[in-house]
Amino acid sequence: MSGRTLRPRVLVVGGGPGGYVAAIRAGQLGLETVLVEAGRPGGTCLTRGCIPSKAIIHAADLFAETSRAAAQGGHLGIRLAAPPTLDLAATMRWKDGIVDRLSNGVTALLRRAQVTVLKGWASFADAKSCTVETAEGPVKIEPEHVILATGSLPVELPSLPFGGDVLSSTEALALTELPRTLAVVGAGYIGLELGIAFAKLGVRVALVEAAERILPLYDELLTRPVLDWLHAHDVELHLQARAGGRSARGLDIETPLGDRFAIPAEKILVTVGRKPNTQGWGLETMAIEMDGRFIKVDERCATSSRNVWAIGDVTGEPMLAHRASAQGEMVAEIIAGKRRRFDPVAIPAICFTEPEIVTVGVERADENHVVGQFPFMANGRALSMEAGDSGGFVRTVAEKGSGRIVGLQAVGRHVSELASGFVALIEMGATLEDVAGMIHAHPTLGEAVHESALKALGHAIHV
Amino acid sequence: MGRYLFRLPDIGEGVTEAEIVAWHVQPGARIREDDNLADVMTDKATVEMTSPVDGTVTAVHGEVGAMLAVGAVLVELEVEGEGNAPAQAEPGASVEPPAPPSAATGESRVEAAPAVAPERTSPAQAAPRTAPPPEKSRAVAGRVDIPIGPRQVFAAPATRRRAYELGIPLQFVPGTGPGGRILPSDLDDFIASGGMARAPGGLAPRTGGEDVKIVGLRRRIAERMQEAKRRIPHIAYVEEVDVTQIEALRAEMNARPDEGQPKLTLLPFLIRALVRALPDFPQVNARFDDDEGVLHVSAGVHVGIATQTPGGLMVPVLRHAEALTLAEIAREIARLSAAAREGTAKREELSGSTITITSLGPLGGIATTPVINHPEVAIIGPNRIVEKPVVQGQFVSVRKVMNISSSFDHRIVDGYDAASFIQALKRLIEHPALIFMGDGA
Ligand SMILES: Cc1cc2nc3c(=O)[nH]c(=O)nc-3n(C[C@H](O)[C@H](O)[C@H](O)COP(=O)(O)OP(=O)(O)OC[C@H]3O[C@@H](n4cnc5c(N)ncnc54)[C@H](O)[C@@H]3O)c2cc1C
Repeated sequence: MSGRTLRPRVLVVGGGPGGYVAAIRAGQLGLETVLVEAGRPGGTCLTRGCIPSKAIIHAADLFAETSRAAAQGGHLGIRLAAPPTLDLAATMRWKDGIVDRLSNGVTALLRRAQVTVLKGWASFADAKSCTVETAEGPVKIEPEHVILATGSLPVELPSLPFGGDVLSSTEALALTELPRTLAVVGAGYIGLELGIAFAKLGVRVALVEAAERILPLYDELLTRPVLDWLHAHDVELHLQARAGGRSARGLDIETPLGDRFAIPAEKILVTVGRKPNTQGWGLETMAIEMDGRFIKVDERCATSSRNVWAIGDVTGEPMLAHRASAQGEMVAEIIAGKRRRFDPVAIPAICFTEPEIVTVGVERADENHVVGQFPFMANGRALSMEAGDSGGFVRTVAEKGSGRIVGLQAVGRHVSELASGFVALIEMGATLEDVAGMIHAHPTLGEAVHESALKALGHAIHV
Repeated sequence: MGRYLFRLPDIGEGVTEAEIVAWHVQPGARIREDDNLADVMTDKATVEMTSPVDGTVTAVHGEVGAMLAVGAVLVELEVEGEGNAPAQAEPGASVEPPAPPSAATGESRVEAAPAVAPERTSPAQAAPRTAPPPEKSRAVAGRVDIPIGPRQVFAAPATRRRAYELGIPLQFVPGTGPGGRILPSDLDDFIASGGMARAPGGLAPRTGGEDVKIVGLRRRIAERMQEAKRRIPHIAYVEEVDVTQIEALRAEMNARPDEGQPKLTLLPFLIRALVRALPDFPQVNARFDDDEGVLHVSAGVHVGIATQTPGGLMVPVLRHAEALTLAEIAREIARLSAAAREGTAKREELSGSTITITSLGPLGGIATTPVINHPEVAIIGPNRIVEKPVVQGQFVSVRKVMNISSSFDHRIVDGYDAASFIQALKRLIEHPALIFMGDGA
């Protein structure tokens, strides 16, 4: 392969959910496409993000449930003779098996779409000259179009550089032995998801957050059930606190009152944010305008450089896999000559915490809105699967007058699966009356969506 | 130091948006109160936007030509004292303790998203693009709030996508669905009515009406037509031609097509006749730059093909018609008009014609007075073909006849030359063999 120069229609750099979707769609549309990925197809999302974290969260749930069944008196009448034991290495192997399956699946899809996949690091000499260092030597690529999908990387704290006992989410998702104590710096969604999972696995977890509350970008009401869970499960929480460096006893922190002390931490997980991956591959040679640290794109994901496109985390918030994929699919279609733009009404976001939080669209209602909120406590399905007492609810926000639904949120166990329904209602322009007129299956959590709409209309039945 | 957001003020009765026509400042500029920041144009007037404060410009929003909604942020300033917006922290502040993110950073996203979404910007874009850097650098799951404004469109994704493909701004399409939702059928109606809202049918009296803003392609068409009629003194000429022979030839060719020959309409024949006639009338195949006083006479024949599209009239260009065979012309016309209709025609395919043909096909009527495609100097409009009794010598026979309407720029083409040119065309069409003599068509 070395010494060759490829001149495809499309070069996609990065095989995450942005890049691989762009490549598959481009291939489907008959565009000759090359995808370059230094790691495994699937990117952050598949190999060290969404999927592995959700797998570990599931295992942690099961472990916590079985532990409860083994505890004195059992749980729901279920008793285990002996407490479960955890072989974290085996859990990780199971998780890796899922990642393997998905990554191989992506590889197969790329092949079916006739995309040429190069494993190696891409770097640019200018916007249209790319060299990929592959195991077989360098390959030159001079494409007509470039799609940049290089994703994002964890942010490091100067006082806590990654390495040794200081972990990023990547290492945390690859641990093969449980620490007894874990300090998590940053209580955003990644820190909380992983912190809660480790707490369920029996680790003593302490969360350190500089803001006044956990998940500071979410509406406080939505985060309260999560806060309650943390309290009920003895997860230490230090809000408005600054993380200092590593000390012999654990992690140094400073409280808002100026107290300094160390919290015990065999390992420290730093999840203070992710930054766009813009360095080390020649972005600076491509004459591309930036928007802060992100690559600046317009509503078609076009950069300031002709026929250079950028999608996914490298282009800004929200840094979520589904946004990256939607942009990838769109750009491929634009290159194939279709007229497209990125114009979702809302992008859903989910925290796989305990309980889970889903939010789509307007969260903070004002005088132009009507709001209906319905508690899971009054939902049969929720009670029948122990999802009723977590303080969870569904909330519908609609425009006054038109009744058009502009926001839907839920917090509660298993609510992540409500997300697609939420998005559908908002994107299709449903009104409260529309939802009122739909028959929801009984018994399901979805009935709470119906009731919250009825509530906004002023006539909920079950509350 | 504070942050001040200068929003597009209410600049007059009923004005909901304005076009940015000039910028007088750029980021980094230090300005004093009353300095002119930008000029914006409404449909009534151009207005200077002067600064209410002293300060330094940190960001400007919108390029020249962009439409901005009243209430949207035009300029961001750094000012002494408080400002009117939450402070914008240094990039990266929130990810680098010891500085904890202030509560204000959480709010600044809300502030930065304009209350009224500028129409060009989709909400999902508006939030990430205007969110201040520290916000972005936190990998907390993002959400995109919907800016609630009176002109927010309310339609399902497939409807929005189709409208965008057709270049129709949905905010001008009246929605008949619940809560004013724009249904697929509303879009169909809007298109069918040529971009005008259709009044309800039935025998009831129709009351009310709708003020439909002329924007996008329709606005461009309006401007171009006005420009052409204002600048060019048109002279119109209509002649009847006998197309019996050429129609017979066409029928024969379509009945027994050559390998790969597409179905031929009259248009490719007309274009070949044009190509044949034009060398004797070079001033007709030209573009007139009246500012410079120069007539650019073209050797190549680039024929504009006026095409009806869902959005309105477009004129894709058949390049170098003189170098194409009948079949090639037919294929190229089919390709160009499909591209125009689907909105995929490229800029190059929509400009550079040297003469235009406009035909209403079977709708064509007896005569039309076509408007010249500025800056060309001639336009040819074949009308409908009809069978008519024609006196030939002592006999009356039924012939297929068609009127050709034409307009010329009278500054360049005299009436005599215009008539001679159309007569030459008539001769070629009536004796089609002449069209093909001596060339490989
Ligand atoms: C722990 C964790 C949990 C998450 N959970 C969720 C979740 O539940 N839901 C959700 O929506 N999102 C989640 N995310 C975020 C999600 O993973 C990202 O938004 C998504 O992966 C972004 O996709 P992308 O295609 O932009 O980039 P990435 O997935 O980051 O992929 C970029 C790829 O490009 C490759 N690359 C970069 N530069 C080069 C180069 N020069 N040459 C070759 N290859 C290169 C990298 O190796 C990488 O594989 C999570 C992230 C983390 C870290």
